[in-house]
Amino acid sequence: MPHTEADIREMLDRIGVESIDDLYSDVPSEVIFKEEYDIPEAMSEVELRKHFEELGRKNSRLVSFAGRGVYDHYSPSVIPHLLARSEFYTAYTPYQPEISQGTLTYIFEYQSIICELTGMEASNASMYDGSTAAAEAMFMMVASAKKKNRVLVSSTVLPQVVEVMKTYAHFHGVDLTVIPEKDGVTDLDAMREEIAKGDVAGALLPTPNKYGIVEDFTGVADEIHAAKGYLAIYADPSALAVLRTPAGWGADVACGDGQSLGMPMQFGGPYLGFLACSKGMLRKMPGRVVGATTDADGKRAFVLTLQAREQHIRREKATSNICSNQSLMALYATIYVALMGKEGLKEVNRLSCDGAHYLCGKLLETGKFTKVFDRPFLKEFVLETSLDVEKMNKALAEAGFAGPVDLGGGKVEFAVTEQRTREEIDRFVEVIASI
Amino acid sequence: MSTVKENLRYSDSHEWVKVDGDIATIGISDYAQHALGDIVYVDMPEVGDEVTAGEDFGAVESVKAASDLISPVSGEVVEINEALEDEPELVNKDAFENWIIKVRLSDPGEVDALLDAAAYAKLCEE
Amino acid sequence: MKYYDKVIFELSRPGRKGYSLPADNFGVDGINEIPSDLLRQEPLDLPEVSEADVVRHYTNLSQKNFGVDTGFYPLGSCTMKYNPKINEEIAAHPAFTALHPSQSEESVQGALELYYNLQRALSSLAGLKEFTLNPYAGAHGELTGLMVMKHYHQSRGDMKRTKVIVPDSAHGTNPASAMVAGFEVVEVKSKPNGSIDVEDLKPLLDDTVAGIMMTNPNTLGMFETEIMEIAKLVHEAGGLLYYDGANLNPLLGKVRPGDMGFDIMHINLHKTFSTPHGGGGPGSGPVGVAEHLTEYLPNPRVVKGEDGKFHITTGDKSLGSVSSFLGNFGVMMKAYAYILTLGKEGIRNVGPLATLNANYIKESLKDDYLLPIEGVCKHEFVFDGLKDKSTGVTTLNVAKRLLDYGFHAPTIYFPLLFHESMMIEPTETESRETLDEFIEVLHKVAKEARETPEDVKNAPLTTPVRKLDETGAAKNPILNYKQLKNAQ
Repeated sequence: MPHTEADIREMLDRIGVESIDDLYSDVPSEVIFKEEYDIPEAMSEVELRKHFEELGRKNSRLVSFAGRGVYDHYSPSVIPHLLARSEFYTAYTPYQPEISQGTLTYIFEYQSIICELTGMEASNASMYDGSTAAAEAMFMMVASAKKKNRVLVSSTVLPQVVEVMKTYAHFHGVDLTVIPEKDGVTDLDAMREEIAKGDVAGALLPTPNKYGIVEDFTGVADEIHAAKGYLAIYADPSALAVLRTPAGWGADVACGDGQSLGMPMQFGGPYLGFLACSKGMLRKMPGRVVGATTDADGKRAFVLTLQAREQHIRREKATSNICSNQSLMALYATIYVALMGKEGLKEVNRLSCDGAHYLCGKLLETGKFTKVFDRPFLKEFVLETSLDVEKMNKALAEAGFAGPVDLGGGKVEFAVTEQRTREEIDRFVEVIASI
Repeated sequence: MSTVKENLRYSDSHEWVKVDGDIATIGISDYAQHALGDIVYVDMPEVGDEVTAGEDFGAVESVKAASDLISPVSGEVVEINEALEDEPELVNKDAFENWIIKVRLSDPGEVDALLDAAAYAKLCEE
Repeated sequence: MKYYDKVIFELSRPGRKGYSLPADNFGVDGINEIPSDLLRQEPLDLPEVSEADVVRHYTNLSQKNFGVDTGFYPLGSCTMKYNPKINEEIAAHPAFTALHPSQSEESVQGALELYYNLQRALSSLAGLKEFTLNPYAGAHGELTGLMVMKHYHQSRGDMKRTKVIVPDSAHGTNPASAMVAGFEVVEVKSKPNGSIDVEDLKPLLDDTVAGIMMTNPNTLGMFETEIMEIAKLVHEAGGLLYYDGANLNPLLGKVRPGDMGFDIMHINLHKTFSTPHGGGGPGSGPVGVAEHLTEYLPNPRVVKGEDGKFHITTGDKSLGSVSSFLGNFGVMMKAYAYILTLGKEGIRNVGPLATLNANYIKESLKDDYLLPIEGVCKHEFVFDGLKDKSTGVTTLNVAKRLLDYGFHAPTIYFPLLFHESMMIEPTETESRETLDEFIEVLHKVAKEARETPEDVKNAPLTTPVRKLDETGAAKNPILNYKQLKNAQ
């Protein structure tokens, strides 16, 4: 706060009041806060750095074999340098396109990348995270399938995503039915029974699913469409470089979490949620959208468009209450994909997939694990262990590893990314074998 | 200045209706298209959908505004103006020529409750 | 300088690489084990560019942007204060950025301590019992807070409270959030000064009302002087008061929402607590509640055990979860660093100096710009365009002319209470020199409007692009590179 005493004095004179307190003369005196705040004394920059160093020491930095929607992928060194351009990060939503072409251009690039990965025709500028994007996908299907209010979600979708969908559905008044799983994948027969009831607005299915399994949805889209419903697919965007795309499965909506596009795990956020759809659902899609246009001199330029759908104009008739996007994280994803390019992103998946299959084989060799599902997987898999899971993860933590996610009942889920070298995996298996 | 066409009935939410037998043709008034500005999208129901008097059946969007289309009458949608899908700006060009939907009336009596041209012109002035 | 207008796809050359990955020495072919019809069927048309291409491209793009670090950003209702650089350094610390959200509690005690301490600090600053930091943004906080409201009534078996009252002057997010939370929206009228009309409110308050959403100061930057009366009426009717934290900045250090009778509120960490807006996000929208509502807050919660350790818990009475994990942790780190930098005394100056700056600009410009509401404002105020309406120069023209003079435009055409609204919020981090320069330029624009109005009407004249065809963009949406290529 830059003001000197003299500044304040002169400014008060211009306003025509005696003191700053006079600027609060309209506030009832009983609500003026006169006590002390329960927060620490001011810290200098020197003390602040030390304070956070100390807090940081209370965390353990572990080599991660955990996944379930958050992965320790490689992040190119360039990204934080470019994200630190303060013309990007100190800007607001690009309401003044003349002086926001930087933001508008990268959002357009981001939308292009999401469309390319998912195969969909339109993407918005991003949502908060994968869970909230899935909840919005649910609302989109309900809004599009006039007068139908029931949505199906597979129980093989990540649990944190299903939980948020349940919350949104409960409060908004959507009837959300969870389709059971069978042998690690969506029970498609159970889903067909629900669809046959004729009241289903849409269904949300995962690729890969919460166990890392790549499910087969052949024919599903046709069946849902025949019943005048919509199909949404929750996808890991990184994996879409090699896996069948939501459009490839005939989906109308694609959503998911952008974290796998090289974003730091940072204890759960910020990441981004992506949301894309077919052209026919474009006007039901919430959030900011950037479009290309021209300016008065005929130059190509970008601008926020389709704004009439949004909350600031439609108020309670808007498709969603979302105002912002995760713009800076969209820039993150865009730079990441630009650097990795079409070969790099495939290579990330090949390395992760090979590492995962290698680890799976090694763990089975220890004799302490058995397979749970005989299904195709990409970078994540579930095994059952005879070991005490808590003890195993403790031993792994002491050796510097974040162990698998505990699914209960002796089942554990391992994730491997391109950052895990063969040496790290061998050491990881050694620690487990020695328990 | 916006025009009001004679021999049509109007709703206070700025839709017009022309009745021909049991078929009602519905559009938005010249006043409404003026107020919205450049129309970029018309959201229409599908043929076969039921519309109800007083309830919305679609929306008209301009760059910075959107307005629900409120049906002045009840019935089944028998035709939609497909030309508006590609050229929504036709509504700006001539709001009376470029209708939006045609409805088979389920209650022709509803039309009597609508405003006539004179009453609607007065409403627009206010 | 050369005009730059490329998109990254246009720099692509087949075979060019911008990454480096280790060799694959696993001796297995995992992808081959996946049936081929489960694999991608279409080509992957992504850019192929070098690292230097990427760096130059995004550096060039950044230079087409205006941020708080570029210049004064008086965007009303958005609180564009300076973003301290130490906060960025701290949030990038690998001891925090490398944490997986499912790591054991034992291994993330530092992160949980920070989360817990920020919850406590916000509680003290807001005068509310407990906070959750899980919501990702202001609108998400509103939605979460309204879910708390609904869950509270329903948990008590009071199922008929289906309405939320929102002032007609409120930002569009308020009614949209209420809609998403499954409420019916009832509008209460504002008086000419933007305050809630208590006489209009009274008949609305019955046993179908779940609560009211308000900002204070209101959308015009004026303090709701009848707030205690409103709180009493709403509470007597069995409703709850929701405080939209969009306008919290002028009260920080001076007035606590909890002390005004509010039961639920959200805070925008990216407004009041100096975390950058990031070109539209990520933000963070913590939600605070009074004591009788704490058990309804969303899962998961961070609590401090008797052993001094921090734990992640879930509660049976919670409304459920609204986020995948614990929210935008990286943003919280910056807000916490800001609070510690100011400290318990320093933070008392935030609201008062923001209010001083706003009143200074208002009083300095009301000779040329129409001030519809007299009297002291708080952190922001609204002009209804130029005083001299005869020139035909609109608020949009003035806003665009400001871009030519190196300032960001104010918020324009909001609130809807006036035809030519121009909403100015300077924040406390701007120096008097900056404010004086802004005042001088706005006087100059007013003079131009009188003497050479065409200069103002044709603005902006100096920006890289000008007067974009927004109608064309909405009529024929071109939303990705493939569509752009086809259109060219």
